[in-house]
Amino acid sequence: MSEPVLAASHLSAVSDRDRAVILHDVSLEVRRGETRGLVGESGAGKSTIAKAILGILPRTVRITGGAVRFEGVDLMTMPTHARRRLIGEKIALIPQDPLTALNPSRRIEAQLTDGLRLQRGLDTRAARARGLALLDEVQIQAPERVLRSFPHELSGGMRQRVLIASAFALEPRLIVADEPTTALDVTVQKQILRLIRAMQSAHGTAVLFVTHDLGVVAQICDSVTLLFAGRVVEAGRTADLLTAPRRPYTRALIEASPRYDRPDAGLRPIPDEVVAGLRAELAASNQASP
Amino acid sequence: MTGEILIADDIEVVYGARKGLFGAAKPGVKVLHGVSLRIGRGETVGIVGESGSGKTTLGRALLRLVDVATGQIRFDGAEITRMPEAAMRPLRRRMQLIFQDPMASLNPRHSIRRIVSEPMLFHAVARDAVDAEIRARAIFDRFSLPAACLDRYPHELSGGQRQRVGIARAALLAPDFVLADEIVSGLDVSTQAQVLNLLKGLTRDLGLSMAFISHDLSVIRAICDRVYVLRNGRIVEEGGCEEIFASPKSEYTRALLDAIPLPRIDPGWLARGSGVADAVEENGAK
Amino acid sequence: MTTAAAPRASANWLRACASDIRVVAGGGFILVLLVLALGAPWIAPKDPLEQDLILGATPPFGFAGAEPGYWFGTDDLGRDALSRVIYGSRVALTVAFAASFLATTLGAALGLLAGWYRGWIDATISRLVEIWMAFPPVLLSILLVAVIGPGVGSVIAAIAIIDWTRFCRVVRAETMGQAQSDYVTAARVIGFPQMRILIREIFPNVIPVLIALTSLEMGIAVIVEAILSFVGLSVSSDVPTWGGMIAQGRQILHQGWWVLLAPLVALFLTVLAFNLLGEGLRRALDPVMRR
Repeated sequence: MSEPVLAASHLSAVSDRDRAVILHDVSLEVRRGETRGLVGESGAGKSTIAKAILGILPRTVRITGGAVRFEGVDLMTMPTHARRRLIGEKIALIPQDPLTALNPSRRIEAQLTDGLRLQRGLDTRAARARGLALLDEVQIQAPERVLRSFPHELSGGMRQRVLIASAFALEPRLIVADEPTTALDVTVQKQILRLIRAMQSAHGTAVLFVTHDLGVVAQICDSVTLLFAGRVVEAGRTADLLTAPRRPYTRALIEASPRYDRPDAGLRPIPDEVVAGLRAELAASNQASP
Repeated sequence: MTGEILIADDIEVVYGARKGLFGAAKPGVKVLHGVSLRIGRGETVGIVGESGSGKTTLGRALLRLVDVATGQIRFDGAEITRMPEAAMRPLRRRMQLIFQDPMASLNPRHSIRRIVSEPMLFHAVARDAVDAEIRARAIFDRFSLPAACLDRYPHELSGGQRQRVGIARAALLAPDFVLADEIVSGLDVSTQAQVLNLLKGLTRDLGLSMAFISHDLSVIRAICDRVYVLRNGRIVEEGGCEEIFASPKSEYTRALLDAIPLPRIDPGWLARGSGVADAVEENGAK
Repeated sequence: MTTAAAPRASANWLRACASDIRVVAGGGFILVLLVLALGAPWIAPKDPLEQDLILGATPPFGFAGAEPGYWFGTDDLGRDALSRVIYGSRVALTVAFAASFLATTLGAALGLLAGWYRGWIDATISRLVEIWMAFPPVLLSILLVAVIGPGVGSVIAAIAIIDWTRFCRVVRAETMGQAQSDYVTAARVIGFPQMRILIREIFPNVIPVLIALTSLEMGIAVIVEAILSFVGLSVSSDVPTWGGMIAQGRQILHQGWWVLLAPLVALFLTVLAFNLLGEGLRRALDPVMRR
């Protein structure tokens, strides 16, 4: 078995503001060419993990234990400048909101080729040629025109395509996709998911896909880690987790999702006793493994 | 007496048009191109569409919050298309709105008590403050909202609680018709399920008619009797939930259904092309 | 029943204010100044008008040649500088409170109407504001006082007449922003009359901006009053004012720098205090920011 591209082990974090536990003993791995879903309801801690990997945690959140290794090197203890170079070159982000992620006053060309010029040292012409090829790869029909455009001149789906092109520009090893389709319409979402999948298999990239939507997980993730209140509830292959969930909470979460194909199923609120049971179980396991 | 509580007949809405008293007349942008729909008594009707379909504008037009350029809107037999606000006032109680963003729809400087009781007192649904308090407490109890919430301010509640307060405010006026505008899109699935079930029970018990606007066909399926599919300001398909979900007639509806990722293993889903969906996304500029 | 909620809410913002250093520092200073102004006849160590030519230009406490009892020294006519600064705060605060109250009321009322009703009301008010703001404010106030005649009342009127536009513009923009929010739509859906929505739904949400602006305005009014006193257009010259003291201090700078320094420091600290208070209150009164 190859070494994982990303491995978080026993990661714990607290909020400095109110001492609340944000993450507790979270471990997960993403391998080359694998898409790992990171799922949970709001407040489960999924975005904290993404931010910890990218080194953009808010000041109030403090990592209290564990490690995040990227290709064997611990990101948490790495010198800041080395880490900054790594992120952008080997680790890239596809953000949630394609509008605010782009600078409104710079043309797409400038923003897409930043990394190529600064990190790869390409001149303007070479960077432009590479930019056109990237836009072509993300199936943008009129790449020349898009390069000349400002972000507000593009639709949400187009902007997200540009950001995907930009994420893949430096051939990263790992992509963190933070709810990349939440702000999009379903028809556009499907195309973007398809695109991320295609780009990933062409480049052999590892993807950590953060989402709250089990439907998206089912369709795009090979494996999945389900979080609740900063702890791992269940992790494994997507097919196993969806068809044979081990925890009652996992089953309840699946059954809460509305299903147009099965009007009799779905839309069942998670019973209070399931949540209470899960809390008790997680609390007990904390004591067992300090 | 007709079987319908609300009828919209061929309505068009134009934004930004100017008459041109001094300057030149501006034609404006047409958002709805002749939409007709009917909502029966006790019926829950879904209005589904993607961004830019005009679904929110349609909802606002039905409640007379935006003016229609042409067409007719009738509420309980009365033509309200151009009814002055003063004449609308008694009808206002009977047609309520539940918002997508409960935080924005609750005045941040008013206590929850004030937010839910003032409308009742204004429309004389409650005799006095004591009566309003009793009614509010009863519905809070039914919605599993702690009575202590009444003393709180909107920012002190959780997202799910705020959404239930929004529903309570509308329900306390005992309306005949409620418009729910994307009310579960920002919520976690478990909260979503709670809110939808609560709404379902409410329409059943009060015999409420409801228009349920959403971009999510799975949610529509769970709660609606009938659906209108809206695209670019036109209705492209309408019908009972059973038929539409079993055999959609419009290619667009089929594309919408195909695009919904379900929490089940379906290896072919991602590759399954939907020609219309690809054509839907404008390739190029906005 | 509704009263049950009120104490809790007010206790909340009181606590928020008390924990804001800006409110405590700025408000504390203003409060002290207010006490000094009201109690000037009892607090001031000397009569501010009493001349004593033998004690002319005495340096302040701690400097060679200082006289006991004259903490800030005296001016060339031997009048006690400390007492004059204390008495000067009376005019300064009267003008600050009265002028900003009038400017706030006028500007906010017109701004609310313009931002909510739009149409011809907005067009009329906005044109008026634009024309108004084309005049240089200090020049205009000097002109106004020269026309109406000097006196505290004229100074107050002049400041209010000039500065209401500041409030009108901000309140109009804020009202237009609030009018777009869902809670206003919610109020329309309920059927509340327009005026009620404006006063009871929108206005409370404009108050934080208004308070900050009013507090800043008090600082501005203190300065404008000082300018008018400086050029001799405020109250009659036998009433001590900070602006008058500065004018006098400038002339006798070579004899005694302290005559200029004392009113300048008082002016600086007062304006700073009003600004701190305004910013602190704006934050403390915002229920969302408070969290």
